[in-house]
Amino acid sequence: MTNSGERQILRKMAARRVVLDGISPHTKIGFTINQAAAALREGTLTPVELCERCLAQAQRWELLNAFVTVTADSALQQARAAERRFKLGRPLSKLDGIPFATKDNYCTAGIRTTCASNMLRGFVPPYTATVVQRLLDRGAVLVGKTNMDEFAMGSGSTDGVFGPVKNPWSYSLQRRLASRGNVVEKLANDAPESRPMEDLGDWCISGGSSGGSAAATAVGACLFALGSDTGGSTRNPAAHCGLVGLKPTAGLLPRHGLIPLVNSMDVPGIFVSSAPDAAILLGAMAGHDDKDSTAVQDPPPSFELLEEPNVHDLIVGIPQEYHAPGLQPDVLKAWTRTADLLEMAGARVMSVSLPHTLYSIVCYHVLCAVEVASNMACYDGIEYGHRSNVGSFTEEQYAATRHEAFNHVVRGRILAGNYFLLRKNRARFYKKAQQVRRLILEDFRRVFDTGVDLMLTPTTLSDAPTSKEFSAEDYCLRSAQHDVFTTPANMAGEARWWHDEVK
Amino acid sequence: MAANKTARVAFVLKRWYQVGRTEALCASRCHIGGRPEAALSTRAEWEAVVGLEIHAQVHSASKLFSSAAVTFLAPPNSCVALFDAALPGTMPIKDIIEDDALIFIKVRLVHVTAPSGLNKMIDPMVLNRRCVEAVVLTGLALGCRINRRSYFDRKHYFYADMPAGYQITQQRVPVAERGVLRVPGEWHGRERNLGITCVQLEQDSGKSLHDAAEGLTLVDLNRAGVGLMEVVTEPELTSGAEAAAAVQELQLILRTLGTCQGIMAEGHLRVDANVSIRKPGQPLGVRTEVKNLNSLRWLSRAVDFEIRRQIGLLETGGQIVNETRSFDVKLGKTIPMRDKEAKQDYRFMPEPNLPSLVLMGDDERPMNQRQNRQGLVSVSALRALLPELPASRRSRLIRNHDLRPDLVTTLVKEDGLMEYFEEVIEVGKQDPKIVINWVMNDLLGVLNECGLSVSQSPIKPRVLAELINLQIDGIISSSVAKKVFTMMWKDNEVRSPVKIVAESGWSIICDPVQLEAACIDVIAKHPKQVELVRSGHAKVLNKFVGQVQKLLDGRGDPAQVKRILENKLLPQTGDGHCS
Repeated sequence: MTNSGERQILRKMAARRVVLDGISPHTKIGFTINQAAAALREGTLTPVELCERCLAQAQRWELLNAFVTVTADSALQQARAAERRFKLGRPLSKLDGIPFATKDNYCTAGIRTTCASNMLRGFVPPYTATVVQRLLDRGAVLVGKTNMDEFAMGSGSTDGVFGPVKNPWSYSLQRRLASRGNVVEKLANDAPESRPMEDLGDWCISGGSSGGSAAATAVGACLFALGSDTGGSTRNPAAHCGLVGLKPTAGLLPRHGLIPLVNSMDVPGIFVSSAPDAAILLGAMAGHDDKDSTAVQDPPPSFELLEEPNVHDLIVGIPQEYHAPGLQPDVLKAWTRTADLLEMAGARVMSVSLPHTLYSIVCYHVLCAVEVASNMACYDGIEYGHRSNVGSFTEEQYAATRHEAFNHVVRGRILAGNYFLLRKNRARFYKKAQQVRRLILEDFRRVFDTGVDLMLTPTTLSDAPTSKEFSAEDYCLRSAQHDVFTTPANMAGEARWWHDEVK
Repeated sequence: MAANKTARVAFVLKRWYQVGRTEALCASRCHIGGRPEAALSTRAEWEAVVGLEIHAQVHSASKLFSSAAVTFLAPPNSCVALFDAALPGTMPIKDIIEDDALIFIKVRLVHVTAPSGLNKMIDPMVLNRRCVEAVVLTGLALGCRINRRSYFDRKHYFYADMPAGYQITQQRVPVAERGVLRVPGEWHGRERNLGITCVQLEQDSGKSLHDAAEGLTLVDLNRAGVGLMEVVTEPELTSGAEAAAAVQELQLILRTLGTCQGIMAEGHLRVDANVSIRKPGQPLGVRTEVKNLNSLRWLSRAVDFEIRRQIGLLETGGQIVNETRSFDVKLGKTIPMRDKEAKQDYRFMPEPNLPSLVLMGDDERPMNQRQNRQGLVSVSALRALLPELPASRRSRLIRNHDLRPDLVTTLVKEDGLMEYFEEVIEVGKQDPKIVINWVMNDLLGVLNECGLSVSQSPIKPRVLAELINLQIDGIISSSVAKKVFTMMWKDNEVRSPVKIVAESGWSIICDPVQLEAACIDVIAKHPKQVELVRSGHAKVLNKFVGQVQKLLDGRGDPAQVKRILENKLLPQTGDGHCS
């Protein structure tokens, strides 16, 4: 119920594309990596200023619960080192001095890495993940580790041991106006950078499982962040938080140091606010790694995007099956509009079919549970991580340790995965799921063989639900709804080895 | 209190990972069915079926999927890469790097000449490749079909010394399949063919130490992740002795190839035996698995015990349970393993972090530059490197030299002995039967007595050949030859046999006058024996020969001495004349 004055302000703000407090075009921070890098190069901004600014944003938006660990001291140290390099005129790369965050499932030497689980509470890895190391080597400044669903199992970032991640857009001016009635003047006079955000009661989920990385990037606590994507864990929160989320092709970015969920589907994911930024990061992290034999062997191609992208001869496929039940009219509208835009810009847009999309969720559940059961077997409390005091025999101790430290979602998947792998069940569940995976891959192959260059699909069925809406649904339904558009790409990802299995 | 205890133990043992209270080793919980001794008498009605799983540690400088070193007796947990401790986010490395595949052959040659220099030969950069080459070579030596493409799988079970909660092995498609092990028979027995089901590459586990006094289990991960070749045989054996002979032959092959050091006492070779019994013609019975046998003697005893136990159990109306047992050396019995009582379901799944293992086939060249860069292991290159294997050595020796099979088996079995033997023959051109007696009895005897290997022998083949020639040419008698041999051994072969014989004046005495004088002397001293010989006890004559040789320091020409004595003591027959 807003009066005309408020509506006027809202319109103005929309016209100026004000997104969130603290990162308006009025601030001196470049919003994208490209802009920030230019400012750093020109000397209108220094790495320390940029870093301080990001750390301030992190603090200001603390209520989002986006970070598990903020590494302010080491970040400033790295920023000072970058500053020295700029002074000497020798920045390491375009990323030198650019602050970033990583999801808390990337191992970082000397910085605790928790996977938002009690199992790894207090675990400090002795090594750094390859992709993180590649960013550090290029001068990027690590400001912190971000919150997530426990061991990346979830699509809301509500299931971690450190509590849920709230969607920054829950606190947009528009929503605050709506929730506070007509105190327009007061809001308009809010000094946006001086005061921490106040809680409004209900909030929207950030999406998951990399919700912390999405929220942190959206509020400018970092200029980009790493997430991971197993069934949509990067694309989903990126969509909910209004960012560009990239799930690179499997094998392009090495996984060494990314604590696995489903090895055959996990890929490091990228959160940025513009497509050219995603290309820069892809170029910075892609390529062969001695420590990951599933990563590409050949040197990757250049990922630089043109200033003015040309879509002229592109053939864009619109998979008809993605008109799924539950698709929100808004989403459908945006999808249609984007297709129209592409067509107007000269692309050929055509309808294609991915008939096995229907089965991707159930297939994903079996394969995911199976690998989870296997990957989680290393958490026995002997070499690292939580260890229970209960139990006088080794096996009792294992059971107590694992029961105490894993949440119900993780335990449920372990149980299911072991069930699917039992000798008597393997053929019925595991083999069958692998065969379906192959069919999903074939779907993609067939479409691309017809000359389609890319497919345009929505990422989620709707915009971000509120936490109340989200928690009202039971877990399976949640996943079934929210991952429907994203899982097929992961399933099709690493099929180059899986495919042998089925033969 | 408990915390103190942990800390202290951890300190004393450097960096053991401590697990918790002990996995009570169940020495006292032995459970034996029936009365084995009584059962022996009915054994003939039963037929035992035995198959083996032999775990051979690949002789490499570092582990299968990590760069940690492989060393025996290193301080606990001092050779552990992050991956070996299953740190989250670590992945197996399959690091195929260009290197000459000759390495095994080099190792083998080095082993013969200078065992101490062994480790220096191995470049720590080429580990996994070495493991792959080892398993391919072993597969080829066992006549297996080599799979161009094989796969790694995860085998899940919880055990304190297996940090990942699974072992990476090859369940679906191993590197090598369907081969034959030619096992030499006992004594004059013929060779037997034992079917080889497969040879696969897998990870070793760590070691657990159960400290009952402290109530702790301590874990050492030095061995975790070391490359293992698992050789699985068909269930075609029938006794402990056969099982031991098969393992011994495999051990010999592995050592010949250099792919495994094969020292059972150091755990390079560990055997699990699957044992069942049945009445002839019946289907296979329920089997038990006796785990971790690390000596041939225990393998043999454990298998025989298990056969007797099962017979006893069935004959007294009992039932055999499919279970895992261990062999208690002190009790000489197999006992059920507490932690493995439940039937395991290993929940196999493909290892998603490793691509398939691709080998270059016999008639292939690298398909493209990438394959070439990766340096695929070439089956044909390895086949060309295969040394002569024990079975062909044995048949060649039997064929060329007409030797007894059991002697040949020993000759081939001892490291370097066959080469020694062949060099003696080569140099001396002598009767192989005489040479083999020298090599097998005299040389091997003293070597074993002194605990030396053939390569460490102070007496070189060339010198032994010279000595044997002196004997064959009749320059010295056989007893003097032995004396010369002993003297050279003691002096570390400072002087040549010819020199020793000359300097000691040990050459044979052929002068009939001298010999006759000695004979007369002996005869005069033993009148009673003379009577005995003359009254028909011809065998007593040999005593006279011995006495004469004693008088002559063993230098008398034996043929002449015997003839002289016969002439003097035995009744003259026919036209015999005495000079």
